[in-house]
Amino acid sequence: MTPASFVHPDSARGHLNRKIMLLTRKAEFSASHVCSDPALSPEENRAVYGVNAHPAGHGHNFVLEVTIEGDPDPVTGMVFDLRQLKEIINQEVVDPMDHRFLNCEVAPFTVATGNVVPTTENLAMEIWKRLAPRIQSPSARLHNVRLFETADLYIDYRGEAA
Amino acid sequence: MRLTRRYRFAASHRLNTDALSPQDNARLYGKCNNPFGHGHDYVLDVTVEGVPDGSGQIVNRDTLDALVNTQILARVDHRNLNVDVPALAGRVATTENLAFAVEAMLKERWTLPARLARVRIAETPRNTFELDTQ
Repeated sequence: MTPASFVHPDSARGHLNRKIMLLTRKAEFSASHVCSDPALSPEENRAVYGVNAHPAGHGHNFVLEVTIEGDPDPVTGMVFDLRQLKEIINQEVVDPMDHRFLNCEVAPFTVATGNVVPTTENLAMEIWKRLAPRIQSPSARLHNVRLFETADLYIDYRGEAA
Repeated sequence: MRLTRRYRFAASHRLNTDALSPQDNARLYGKCNNPFGHGHDYVLDVTVEGVPDGSGQIVNRDTLDALVNTQILARVDHRNLNVDVPALAGRVATTENLAFAVEAMLKERWTLPARLARVRIAETPRNTFELDTQ
């Protein structure tokens, strides 16, 4: 326990100085996808997307690392409520995507919702789009979405304009 | 946006510099100075940075893999870094220097639309070297 009279050496206000801290929460979901463009021939799709273009699809155990940046709240000592974060990730990502075929069941990758090719890049951007509006507090915001397609390939996305 | 791809290679090396006496080399590099060398299963992470193109990809995976295979893995996998890798000639085969050599070898043939952002090499699971590349 920190005594009430304790003043952190970096502090001007009696609690830890406002310093950006990063908090990362991990989640997993398994899903299948096909990466191909209907405007291209099978050969062209194979050249652009490689094995990811096989028409009937294939799956991955995607691993998602959601990083939030912010100042620990002076009262709670937390950057963001981890239970709330878990809930948000479940609602926005895991529940709608786990054990689903992204091209057939998840917007914007279905024909009806835009037919966006579910590359790991596009999936990371979609996850950012879903999470960012829900992770907003006066002192915290979404910092990075890291999406592992496999243990050997991952995307980092920080909301840059496409 | 960044994409990181992981590769693996096995290689041997010995840390020794002609600038120091055998005794000083032994003191400085310890076990890594053992005369006959030793090996590691290196893990190489190549990070590229860019904007997804019309296909929704920053980089074509097969093109990146082919580049890394040709420029790096074919030259270092199951090789002796002190003997077999010209990019390290005249340099101590530390993983720091290896990271610079990997950067140079990749840039020698880099034609990808995304830029090379980072080279990270783990010599063992406990020692990792990270180079931000311009």
